[in-house]
Amino acid sequence: MTKKSFVNRKTIPYIMIAPVVVIFLLFMVYPILRSLYLSFFELVSGSYEFVGIKNYQNLFKDETFWKSLLNTCVYLIVQVPVMIGGALLIAVAVEQKFMRGKAFFRTTIFLPSVTALVAYALVFKVLLNGDHGLINYVIEMVGGKGINWFYEEWPARFAVIISITWRWLGYNMIILLAGIQSIPGELMEAADIDGATFWDKLFYITIPMVKPIIMFCTITSTIGTLQLFDEPFILTEGGPNNATITMGQYLYNNGFRYLKFGYASAIGYVMTVIIGLLSIVQFKATKED
Amino acid sequence: MKAFGKIFGYIVLIIAAFLSLFPFYFMFVSGTNTNNQILSVPPKLSIGSELAANFEILVDKVDLLTSIWNTLFISVVYTVLALLIFSAAGYALAKFDFKGKGIIFTFVMGSMMIPSLVMYVPLFEMMIEIDMTDSHWAVILPMLANAFGIFLMRQNMLNFPTALLEAGRIDGVGEISLFFRIVLPNIKPALGALVIYMFTSMWNNFMWPLIILGSEEKYTLPISLAMLDGNPTNKNYAVILLATAVATLPILIIFLVFQKQFVAGVMGGAVKE
Repeated sequence: MTKKSFVNRKTIPYIMIAPVVVIFLLFMVYPILRSLYLSFFELVSGSYEFVGIKNYQNLFKDETFWKSLLNTCVYLIVQVPVMIGGALLIAVAVEQKFMRGKAFFRTTIFLPSVTALVAYALVFKVLLNGDHGLINYVIEMVGGKGINWFYEEWPARFAVIISITWRWLGYNMIILLAGIQSIPGELMEAADIDGATFWDKLFYITIPMVKPIIMFCTITSTIGTLQLFDEPFILTEGGPNNATITMGQYLYNNGFRYLKFGYASAIGYVMTVIIGLLSIVQFKATKED
Repeated sequence: MKAFGKIFGYIVLIIAAFLSLFPFYFMFVSGTNTNNQILSVPPKLSIGSELAANFEILVDKVDLLTSIWNTLFISVVYTVLALLIFSAAGYALAKFDFKGKGIIFTFVMGSMMIPSLVMYVPLFEMMIEIDMTDSHWAVILPMLANAFGIFLMRQNMLNFPTALLEAGRIDGVGEISLFFRIVLPNIKPALGALVIYMFTSMWNNFMWPLIILGSEEKYTLPISLAMLDGNPTNKNYAVILLATAVATLPILIIFLVFQKQFVAGVMGGAVKE
């Protein structure tokens, strides 16, 4: 070759990374900055007016926002531990030596996590129907009282929690399974020889060994829960009386129903800060040991 | 005690498997019954004979074929673009040293923590500005800023033997064909995982399309489903659940065929540095 081609070993990485850089600048960096900027403005008859920190001040006085934050916290505190605990229990059960049909259990329990959020939420909406739903029928059959799932505050929250748990448990189970499989077999054999019980092995070997994976699942589930939108949108539309509204839904309502772009951006930024803080706390918690 | 433990293990798994499968069964079976049968107490749980009738009502209520076509178009275009762009970026990040690499990688990873919701208002504004609302490209392009896909590709490229690249270079293979002829064919499993992950995430995507698409002939399946449910006049659950089944079936089939890639896609995120 007499002339050096433009594409060579020096330039190729730049060429390869360029599309991602352009896409991230346009659709990530710009929107993030623009959103921060907008959060200090208000849309008044088609044009933006600078309002300083008024959006944030209003936000902290806004009862619905606090309610959305409270609901999100309820989902976080109740749903994430139940789901991760359940996923761990099932993953451990699947990995037991005596267990037959491992592949069958893995596949079926993972299956819910391929469904569209809108689709499965609709199925649960029918199953949880207060007057005609199958779940109430089963509750009444075993002697309980049917629950008015979508018209009372706590039942409505639990309707959302039950649905999300169904959708995401298998997903976390698969991730935890990978962690459990990477525990060296000799460790368990040695424990067996020492006469360790199932619970000894669970608490002294399995859980400590897969702790980073448990943390990973917890962090991703936390981030996911903080951004929850589709399920309450379909299941309860945030009701009754905003008992199930999430921050994501409140942002959507303000931004795209009432076209309060500034206010919606402020909500988005508060969400970003909360997610950032929680992630840092959880990362720190992992690093400590 | 040992026997008790075994029984307990099986009970847990059988219950979990049953609870996981039952809503699918309910969804598919309900599409073959009437609204009244679904709403009777207890609901009818056996296969009925109303499938054709429900289908007729469904295609009358929503333009199902258009909806399926839209979803398919968006998902396929998105997946192909993501495959090209992310694998190239992953290759650059894993196998080269270049200026700005550290910053780019840190930023891409950090963006995983930023809720996509915070970007929707500016993106919506942007699409109005360039007159692209209600277009499928407006759904596709912003979703390409996806850190997870890039991360997945980079992780898989890290293990790619550098010696193979050097050997290719000595043989005079150009950098571009090195990537397309040597690198990509060798990481097919990872590409499979990426394809499945990208395709399903777009197929199931709801919020952003809901914001940006305004006219019915542009709707994707999740939006059509939500609209079907949101219409309060003579709500027909048989029809809604049939539509849900139609939207779910393709993903279910893809999953059962490409299970390995699915699982690899899920695991990709958990791979440690």
